[in-house]
Amino acid sequence: MSNKSVKYLTGPFSANNPVIVQILGICSALAVTVQLKPAIVMALSVTVVTAFANLVMSLLRNGVPSRIRIIIQLVVIAALVILVDQVLKAYVFEISKQLSVYVGLIITNCIVMGRVEAFALANKPWPAFLDGIGNGLGYGLILVIVAFFRELLGSGTLLGFRIISESWYIGEGGWYSNCGLMLFPPMALIIVGCIIWVHRSQNKDLQEK
Amino acid sequence: MSAIRNLVDKIKPTFAKGGKLGFLESTFDAFETFLFVPNTTTQRGAHIRDCNDMKRTMIMVVVALVPALLFGMYNVGYQHYLSVGAVPEFWASFWFGFLKVLPMIVVSYVVGLGIEFAFAQMRGHEVNEGFLVTGLLIPMIMPVDIPLWMLGLSTAFAVVFGKEVFGGTGMNVFNPALVARVFAFFAYTPAMSGAKVWIAGLGAGEGVVDGFSGATPLENLVTNGTLGYSPLDAFLGFIPGSVGETSTVAILLGAAVLLFTGIASWRTMCSVFAGGLAMALVFNLCGSSDYAQIPAWWHLIVGGFAFGAVFMATDPVTSAQTAAGQYIVGFLIGVLAVLTRVVNPAYPEGMMLAILFMNALAPLVDYYVVEASVKRRNKRIKTAK
Repeated sequence: MSNKSVKYLTGPFSANNPVIVQILGICSALAVTVQLKPAIVMALSVTVVTAFANLVMSLLRNGVPSRIRIIIQLVVIAALVILVDQVLKAYVFEISKQLSVYVGLIITNCIVMGRVEAFALANKPWPAFLDGIGNGLGYGLILVIVAFFRELLGSGTLLGFRIISESWYIGEGGWYSNCGLMLFPPMALIIVGCIIWVHRSQNKDLQEK
Repeated sequence: MSAIRNLVDKIKPTFAKGGKLGFLESTFDAFETFLFVPNTTTQRGAHIRDCNDMKRTMIMVVVALVPALLFGMYNVGYQHYLSVGAVPEFWASFWFGFLKVLPMIVVSYVVGLGIEFAFAQMRGHEVNEGFLVTGLLIPMIMPVDIPLWMLGLSTAFAVVFGKEVFGGTGMNVFNPALVARVFAFFAYTPAMSGAKVWIAGLGAGEGVVDGFSGATPLENLVTNGTLGYSPLDAFLGFIPGSVGETSTVAILLGAAVLLFTGIASWRTMCSVFAGGLAMALVFNLCGSSDYAQIPAWWHLIVGGFAFGAVFMATDPVTSAQTAAGQYIVGFLIGVLAVLTRVVNPAYPEGMMLAILFMNALAPLVDYYVVEASVKRRNKRIKTAK
């Protein structure tokens, strides 16, 4: 891959991250990050949808009249989301049940339509495809970090495996207790805020004057 | 006194800019102004000459908290000895409570001030005085049996996310002490509610006498609509509850200090009580449950109502700034607190949430009060023409 392609792919990881720099897709980042496993599945689903929505719209970009482009984007994105939803239901039914409406709500995730509007309609298919993957993974990265802290501190497990030993808990004669606030969405927002705080302090050019 | 002054003057150059320990300038400044009234004067802008600075103001609030704190310590021991079936003697009770509460105060101050000093150093500004009060308030609104690490974590959360992210003392939207409590309440609910946490040693099951429940009057009210204690006991403070909140008498002593020195707004304070009373009377008129029919003034003497009204709702930073706004915000705090208590069985105490909610709305209330005033004056100009 050329330098430029690598940039499309890795730009959204940090400097142009959809969640912590563009502040898109916050809603689902709060909703599906109680545990790590659903967060990972959600991240992959969004990556697939953004990548292929970008690809399809980029292929269609010269044939779509600009007045009706939004409705066409919606048809494409909705079709992809339904496909993803069906695949999840078929192969990982339990997680699909946990994610419930949030898979369907990928349609409304600002990242998908934002990238189609801002990037795919003005670029060739290959860069658009890479941009979609990059943004999906950049979104997934934040989801995984948030879910890591929420599952570890809120339930004492990671991916369902117990990390904090049972014998530490107050009920079992220890001193530790899970932080119940981690299971509530407000704490996810505070963790996202902390990530933004750390990220901005490392990247001076992102700081608002 | 002059020996201390000399010592401070001697080591001052070391901490000044360019000195050997210059990076600790704000820490040094904090201790110097803590010991002595600063002799600097404001150079610009209109200002009022007064010997009272923020440190002196804060220390008056601490003085106002002392009666409630001392009684809280005594009550911790008193309740403990009752629960194990012993005779609660005065000094033994006080000593027991002192040993229980002192570590809470130490943890709260060490954690909170540590973070305050760290932030002040990093940002190169003065250490804020506000934590002197917050650090004492936090242990006073927690149950005595809370593990110290939870207390420390809540304090850290409150200082960082309740205060420093907004820009430090005077910039916070929410009362930091209540942020600490709300964090502990939602994060560690089992350690913050129920019948077992309000009395030292009860959760661990230390030789409890038969039939002793440990439920607070508020919990009794929710379950069967009775106090479980005489109203006089509730007024004097011989009831289980958070460390500093039980004695309405001691809190009123503190209120007298605050009002006499003019630090707290009497408008807010009075209208909180008025709001609570009004809402309780409304429930008396049209409520159907036992809880709704209790005498209205019971609401004012149980739980954290009085403590919140006197020390939390009147916080000069987070409350309304305009006179009319203070009436409105105070009244609504009282109304919401009683409403939550009676209607929502999940929250036996509504004071914390009511104050935090009105903290968020106070700037909006102020805005409309100012707008209304401007409108009124404009009208006057027009009619004068």
